[in-house]
Amino acid sequence: MDSNIEQPEKPVISKGIDGFFKDIYNIFLFLIRIFKEAFKGPVEVREVIRQCYQVGYKSLALITMTGFITGLVFTKQSRPSLSEFGATSWLPSLISIAVIRALAPLVTALITAGKVGSGIGAELASMRVTEQIDAMEVSAINPFKFLVVTRVMATTISIPILVAYTGLVGMLGSFLDIHLNEQTSFTSFFQEAFKNIYFLDFITTGIKAVVFGFTIGVVSCYQGYNASQGTQGVGKAANTSVVVSMFLIFLEEVFIVQIANSIR
Amino acid sequence: MNEKVIDIHNLYKSFGSNHVLRGIDIDVHKGENVVVLGRSGTGKSVLIKIIAGLLQPDSGTVNVLGQEVDKLDSVALRELRLKVGFCFQHGALYDSMTVGENLAFPLKRNTPNIKHEQVKRMVSVVLEAVGLAKTIDQMPSELSGGQRKRIGIARTLILRPDIMLYDEPTAGLDPITCTEINNLINEVQRRFHTSSIIITHDLACAKQTGDKIVVMKEGKFVKQGNFEEVFSTQDDLIKEFYDYNFIQ
Repeated sequence: MDSNIEQPEKPVISKGIDGFFKDIYNIFLFLIRIFKEAFKGPVEVREVIRQCYQVGYKSLALITMTGFITGLVFTKQSRPSLSEFGATSWLPSLISIAVIRALAPLVTALITAGKVGSGIGAELASMRVTEQIDAMEVSAINPFKFLVVTRVMATTISIPILVAYTGLVGMLGSFLDIHLNEQTSFTSFFQEAFKNIYFLDFITTGIKAVVFGFTIGVVSCYQGYNASQGTQGVGKAANTSVVVSMFLIFLEEVFIVQIANSIR
Repeated sequence: MNEKVIDIHNLYKSFGSNHVLRGIDIDVHKGENVVVLGRSGTGKSVLIKIIAGLLQPDSGTVNVLGQEVDKLDSVALRELRLKVGFCFQHGALYDSMTVGENLAFPLKRNTPNIKHEQVKRMVSVVLEAVGLAKTIDQMPSELSGGQRKRIGIARTLILRPDIMLYDEPTAGLDPITCTEINNLINEVQRRFHTSSIIITHDLACAKQTGDKIVVMKEGKFVKQGNFEEVFSTQDDLIKEFYDYNFIQ
């Protein structure tokens, strides 16, 4: 009968490389399951709203501060270089390009990956190691749909809204500095700022925000949902969620910018 | 007591090179409490996780309420799980919800059209059954280990299962609380007409709650019968178990 018992698998290439490809395969299956469960009714509307509140509203203070300071500091740092050429009037244009095209989505995504991603990773991992996920399963509740799909939906919905908000706050930070130094009015600042911003910029930023939100949700949920090794696994899940999310965000940024520039 | 509610035959389960279950045969009859005794790491919890469909067996048959668990699709497994309650070792209460919400959650999820009043009534019934009616608004972090286990039992009972699976119900509790939990297990069997598998290494729990006791060693059952039959043997492992528990 012992022949029925599964024997330890021998690595095909090496343990590390096999593990890497296994992880890729598991993430792929995880993604397919997210889409499958998301389109299979009913949608957990209440839980999605609750998670949007957690992801969006609870990040507002941090996002406001970071966005405002980013706009303000970027303006301060750019002024000396532009004033050398007597081109400080280009500041609103320069800042809006930087904030709307790159800084707003990137700063928001990185901040949210740190705050929300680690939170989701740790929460799900802690639920996994304390058998709360198993408890849902044995109570005939689909934990994947309730915990994972709702969180992925929430990050995908909330982060684009946060990106728009960061863009606005960043521009206000920039306006404050320009107003104090160049006495530019609110109307002329924004007229100048949006002179060189095109519809494609908004579309690209919107796409980036959705992709970043989805990435943060999927990565953190994957790390948390598949956590092991007890309490050590909780810390590991939180940490890996942030590191992997940030890494992927930068890769996606490069990729999307390349595509946008080829269209421009 | 003749109808079989759980029928397991030749069950094997391994994790890599770790052969956890090595040919398990067990049946549980309606209304019966079966205690699985064994040291830590002998595969007791794996056995009940397979029964609940949380783990897949490598080979063998696991028949629960007339259905082979490992061959069910997700819908059928969900239906079956409504009839099989699982009490986790540490309660596994949802720590972001109050006690009342913990109990209402599985009920609301599985009966979408249930009225709020009905949920409230059913929550108080099971809370009273486990003697913790006053904890309804408390958070799990405010409860003691014994209270958490009782609430875990209550959360399982709210779905009115036919079978209860208890994973180490008395582990980490003081002797008085252990006796209270053992009495509760018997009370659940009497009041809700459940059949149970109780996983434990606590002999007092086995003696108080078990109609049948099976002793597990290295993934196999080495002895089964009622308490007196099992512990009348001269087998070294069983004697060691008995001496350790009662000297303790």
